[in-house]
Amino acid sequence: MSERMALTGNDAAAYALKQINPDVVAAYPITPQTELMHKFAEYVADGEVDTEFIPVESEHSAMSAVVGASVAGARCSTATSSCGLALMWEILYVAASCRCPVVMPVVNRALSAPINIHCDHSDTMGARDAGWIQIYSENCQEAYDNIIQAVRIAEHPDVQLPVMVTFDGFIVSHTLEGLEVNDDDAVKKFIGEYKPEHTLLDVDDPRTFGMFSLQNYYFEFKKQQVEAMQRALKVIPEIAKEYEKLTGRAYGLLDPYRCDDAEVVIVGLGSTMGTAKQAADEVREEDGIAAGVLKMRCFRPYPFAEIRKALSKAAVVGVMDRAISFGLGGPLFNEVRSALYGGEKPLVNFIYGLGGRDLPLDDAREVFRALAKVKDTGKTGPETRYIGLRE
Amino acid sequence: MSKKLLTKDEMPPGAVGEGGTMSELYTGSWRTYAPLTDYEKCTHCLICWIFCPDSAIVVKDGKKLGTNYQYCKGCGICATECPADAITMKLESEIPEQQKKAEQPQDRPDKKK
Repeated sequence: MSERMALTGNDAAAYALKQINPDVVAAYPITPQTELMHKFAEYVADGEVDTEFIPVESEHSAMSAVVGASVAGARCSTATSSCGLALMWEILYVAASCRCPVVMPVVNRALSAPINIHCDHSDTMGARDAGWIQIYSENCQEAYDNIIQAVRIAEHPDVQLPVMVTFDGFIVSHTLEGLEVNDDDAVKKFIGEYKPEHTLLDVDDPRTFGMFSLQNYYFEFKKQQVEAMQRALKVIPEIAKEYEKLTGRAYGLLDPYRCDDAEVVIVGLGSTMGTAKQAADEVREEDGIAAGVLKMRCFRPYPFAEIRKALSKAAVVGVMDRAISFGLGGPLFNEVRSALYGGEKPLVNFIYGLGGRDLPLDDAREVFRALAKVKDTGKTGPETRYIGLRE
Repeated sequence: MSKKLLTKDEMPPGAVGEGGTMSELYTGSWRTYAPLTDYEKCTHCLICWIFCPDSAIVVKDGKKLGTNYQYCKGCGICATECPADAITMKLESEIPEQQKKAEQPQDRPDKKK
């Protein structure tokens, strides 16, 4: 059963969190996220959730508190934007590396300086390497739906990674939209109970979290994360299918709009893709342009194969970036171009030396030999290879 | 250090598969200076115990028994904070072996049940 409501993006996200009823939520305000936690704090005050609500002194503390609670076995959340995300940057990596299945709404806002409280994607783009799954929402409905699905994605035994669910600051967070919300029991049943296999508080089968490691172990932990991200590419659509059965609303890694017969396609993230879809309809009508829109929902893990497939019919692709990676260009553009690389020259990626693991001369020679083999056989082989990893 | 290294698939995700691993790593071997306590001057105020960042001051029956030299990293905070000036930092070689042995905690926590 579902109900139709009019909510702002922040309220929709808070409503989703209310239905999720996390064990622990840490909160620190920042425009334009603040109202999300205000709303959630109301639910706490009114006894509508059982959450242990911790107002902290900074976003760095917010994520630290969440990581601590998570390894102790709690289902946790926090929310932020812009500089708040930037301030917790150090701990984002910790959350991902400790495999904490935290769900965090991030209300996209530009990074300073100059101080700007409005929407762009530079904040979450800046965190794209941290090891978090990133799901971008177009509107209030998607923000609500994505946060609920994120709990299942994060906690999935094949994944166990934190998920940030984004939506555009002010454009979505502060705009009232009509959306369908599920009833409380449906959400409770969908997300189930959080049953971590091992926690800090398990004295019968203890684990050590957040430990120090040397050159001989760090690399292997990182490869574990890589593989979890890979598996997420399968888990995210699976969870979406389940969610569709419950709600009738379909989601995937991507959201292609009229791409099947499109000659020119726009690729992008967030609310602007809603505008782009409208524009696509209008230029088809009025200008006779065969237009399509490829809205990306899942940005991390990056769905290389799906992007290639979705853009295979397009003659020209335009990538719209609401962020700049200074010195590089649009981050999304560079990643889309990477996905579309036609292989004129075979390219092989070698990952090495993480955590200080040495790269001896012999291994450097082996890289050349491997490349020579690619040249001689004409076969690229595995595109990403790991040097010195103990599998 | 002679233990066989685990492979990626043998390692629990993002964690170490046991607790109490510090009981095997004697960080005391890292120090240059070690604290020497003069028990004639010590008033057993336990301020050194409060300040020690490594929980390396051993207390028994409300009195300072000694320093746990297996974990003391020689930071010198106890010597700085002692209101009775009862602690001096000495080079490792200047701490009598007998004193080191006498100051070890009687009960060592169990690593595994």
